[in-house]
Amino acid sequence: MSAASQETAVSAGRVTRAFIYLVLLLFALYYLLPLYVMAVNSVKPLPEITGGNMMSLPRTFTIEPWLSAWSTAQIGVEPTGLKPYFINSILMVAPAVAISTILGALNGYVLTKWRFKYDGIVFGLLLFSCFIPFQIVLIPMAVVLGKLGLAGSVPGLVLVHVVYGLGFTTLYYRNYYAAFPTELVRAAMIDGAGFFRIFWRILLPVSGPITVVSVIWQFTNIWNDFLFGVSFGGTRQPMTVALNNLVQSSTGVKEYNVHFAGAILAALPTLLVYIVAGRYFVRGLMAGSVKG
Amino acid sequence: MRPATDADFRTRLQDWLPKLVLAPSFAATLLFVYGFIVFTAVLSFTGSKMLPLYTFVGLENYRKLWALEHWHTALVNIAIFASCYIVICTAVGLMLAIFLDQKIRGEGMLRPIYLYPMALSFIVTGTAWKWFLDPGIGLEKTMRLWGWESFSFTWIKDSNMAIYTIVIAAVWQTSGFVMAMFLAGLRGIDNEILKAAQIDGATSFQLYRRIVIPLLRPAFLSAFVILSHLAIKSYDLVIALTGGGPGRATELPATFMYSYTFTRNQMGIGAASAVMMLMAIAAIMIPYLYSELKEKA
Amino acid sequence: MGFLDIRNVTKTYGNVEVLHEVDIEVEEGEFLVLVGPSGCGKSTLLNMIAGLESITSGDIAIRGRQMNGVHPSKRNIAMVFQSYALYPNMTVAQNITFGLEMHGVPKPERDKALAEVAKLLQIDHLLARKPGQLSGGQRQRVAMGRALVRNPDVFLFDEPLSNLDAKLRVDMRTEIKKLHHKLKTTIVYVTHDQIEAMTLSTRIAVMYKGYVQQLGTPKEIYDQPANLFVATFMGSPAMNVLPATVVMENGAAHAAITDAEGASQRLRFSQQGMAQWMGRKVLLGIRPEAITDPEGADRKSGNIQHLRNRVTVTEPAGSDTFVTMTLSGKDVIARMRADANVVPGQVFDFAVNMDKAVAFDPETEARIPA
Repeated sequence: MSAASQETAVSAGRVTRAFIYLVLLLFALYYLLPLYVMAVNSVKPLPEITGGNMMSLPRTFTIEPWLSAWSTAQIGVEPTGLKPYFINSILMVAPAVAISTILGALNGYVLTKWRFKYDGIVFGLLLFSCFIPFQIVLIPMAVVLGKLGLAGSVPGLVLVHVVYGLGFTTLYYRNYYAAFPTELVRAAMIDGAGFFRIFWRILLPVSGPITVVSVIWQFTNIWNDFLFGVSFGGTRQPMTVALNNLVQSSTGVKEYNVHFAGAILAALPTLLVYIVAGRYFVRGLMAGSVKG
Repeated sequence: MRPATDADFRTRLQDWLPKLVLAPSFAATLLFVYGFIVFTAVLSFTGSKMLPLYTFVGLENYRKLWALEHWHTALVNIAIFASCYIVICTAVGLMLAIFLDQKIRGEGMLRPIYLYPMALSFIVTGTAWKWFLDPGIGLEKTMRLWGWESFSFTWIKDSNMAIYTIVIAAVWQTSGFVMAMFLAGLRGIDNEILKAAQIDGATSFQLYRRIVIPLLRPAFLSAFVILSHLAIKSYDLVIALTGGGPGRATELPATFMYSYTFTRNQMGIGAASAVMMLMAIAAIMIPYLYSELKEKA
Repeated sequence: MGFLDIRNVTKTYGNVEVLHEVDIEVEEGEFLVLVGPSGCGKSTLLNMIAGLESITSGDIAIRGRQMNGVHPSKRNIAMVFQSYALYPNMTVAQNITFGLEMHGVPKPERDKALAEVAKLLQIDHLLARKPGQLSGGQRQRVAMGRALVRNPDVFLFDEPLSNLDAKLRVDMRTEIKKLHHKLKTTIVYVTHDQIEAMTLSTRIAVMYKGYVQQLGTPKEIYDQPANLFVATFMGSPAMNVLPATVVMENGAAHAAITDAEGASQRLRFSQQGMAQWMGRKVLLGIRPEAITDPEGADRKSGNIQHLRNRVTVTEPAGSDTFVTMTLSGKDVIARMRADANVVPGQVFDFAVNMDKAVAFDPETEARIPA
């Protein structure tokens, strides 16, 4: 509870408070409107969109656009719908999130509880890698993936996302474990537990909150990535790239309703995650990005 | 130091095991981040076109890059986009945070509404705003249908104004996050400082201007760093919203780099532009990270 | 050779030497307290005994077995930490038996050991709880239980009472002392609290700036402090230290000091050797309890000197009354009986037990031997 609120609650006049509520509601509208428009228009037949008002509720309700977006819409040249790309995204996201989170946890554990000379430099290098513009690695990555035979494959994308997600997962776990009392690790050492046992039995059981954060962060970032997907996805492109192809296709009539359904489909996993565990997500973003 | 032979096997194992565990991540980062940076930097001095070549041309690519009108467009655009985006996001975020911090009924409802856009990809955001701002079916049409016949909002089709539509969508996506950062900062301020200021006779306005906002300095700094970093990297939003158009009106360094490297087969120039982007981000990030890490040590 | 040998142990971090050739032999069953202000190196030394920090040079041996480089779990030691370091995700029972589990002790034996320890420490009813549900004192007991259950050669305590409130601290102090009497284990105990050091130990090592300033029994440390640091660090209120000049009078060495009015006063030394210091300046150290009213003076003392001086402040503390006065320009505290009839501003006759007084060389700050 903030003191500011208590103080100003008393001193702010009625008009001021009405104004504050008005502004807050207008902004709520600003944030909700695009989602509302997408949702409403994704269940309208096309003529109702082109002929009618995008704000109005559907007169004829249809799930046809959703079915089309999922399984028959033209993506690039193939009328496959978004389904195969959705599967690509899941096949890419699951291992990439798991691997980068596990490595990040181990890295954070080493960097806080098994400190060694120059560990600060190691962490600094990992941390800076979070912030590079990915354009700087696109060309060499394309070359290396080609050489490894991973270009245009799901494992290639997993590798890319693990490598460039490590900095963040390490940062999260490092900050979290830094607050974990080192005496516990020492006690466990005296009790006879080794490196992995201490991690498994002492730190991991209390790592729930930060693991939620790391998983959500990685899931959101990797699911939402476009640049790596479009650059290295080849025929195994992720959902974001497919959605863009669907929306940008210049042939035929623009099926807005299908585009909107597709956009919601692409947003659904991260939205669901956000609704289920959004509070931890925010808290973690704060901890990670504010404290650096 | 005593010779390591003194240590028993277990102690020695426990000594190198942590380093061994860290090694793959460290090696991957060295190779895929720093090695690649060097690789790209080297390419920027070569005459690479469609594929990497190792014929060195000195600063030729940089000379060409800075002579290109596209690059200048991209720079002007990033300057407009980054400054508007950072300033508006910060202002909106701060205002919403302060307003939400006034014992607002329904705060629990409003906060997730402000925040959810950041769970979406820029592609989805771009798609949503692309049609919302499209004069043919979006806002303009709606306003006219509702009886405001003269309403006109064609920025997205206007070469001079299109860049601002990207600002609108980008602010929509991230301002809620900035709000959360400021809100966390506000809630972290010591109660007693505020009480003391009240007893000293500060009005609400003075309280915020003189006490609260200066105390939020770390949040301002973090917001600036994160937003500028997002701005320089932003690629997907432009692709989804305007495709860099109309014409080349919304070209940004990120889209410039991609198109020169992969579609125009000017890899050397693309690499040079990527190096410029890295330098811009490094100029912001390195001092920030250095001061953050130093504070902790 | 002792039970625990610390031989010429030095520790450096980079160029900074934090421990200088520490040399201590601990006998079996001893209760050694390492005491000193923060940063004196006492915790570093304890961690080196535990194997949590490496030894730069020198040797540490337990039961004659060299321990340098041996993993902490292989030293047969147990440690109680300042924060208790209880594993938050485990129950009390799991916390206590974790070490046994790690050492591959079978479950039935673990349960038996747990039951014994729980009974000894009276924590039977807490075994199913998590550390978060325990009070400070209970956590302390569990932490001790975890150490006891291993039946180690040496117990290491790292400021175990400093997180407890004042009353609990005194209770737990007694508890630890009882346990030591009962189990006769070898203990090395780190604290910055000189009362804990005095009450618990069989021997004390007073440390300062990486050096062991003095190693001895509590009585030796208190009555014959090796130097000015030990003298002022041990004891509360601290020993009064005042500049004095050694003068001869009737063939005996006296300390010449000035009272509140600036007049000279003389106190005869008990130590014969002080005659050698005639005409020189020394620092005279007198503990507060050695300055009393004449009725409260120690009857067994062979050398009670009278001192007339003006009282500045009186502080009745219930059991005692502390009286402050000025001597040789310094505030000097006297510890009187609670009902001593003294008021501020009064000129009072004090009795100084010079048998308990010590003198220090102002140059080296070392105690002048008797």
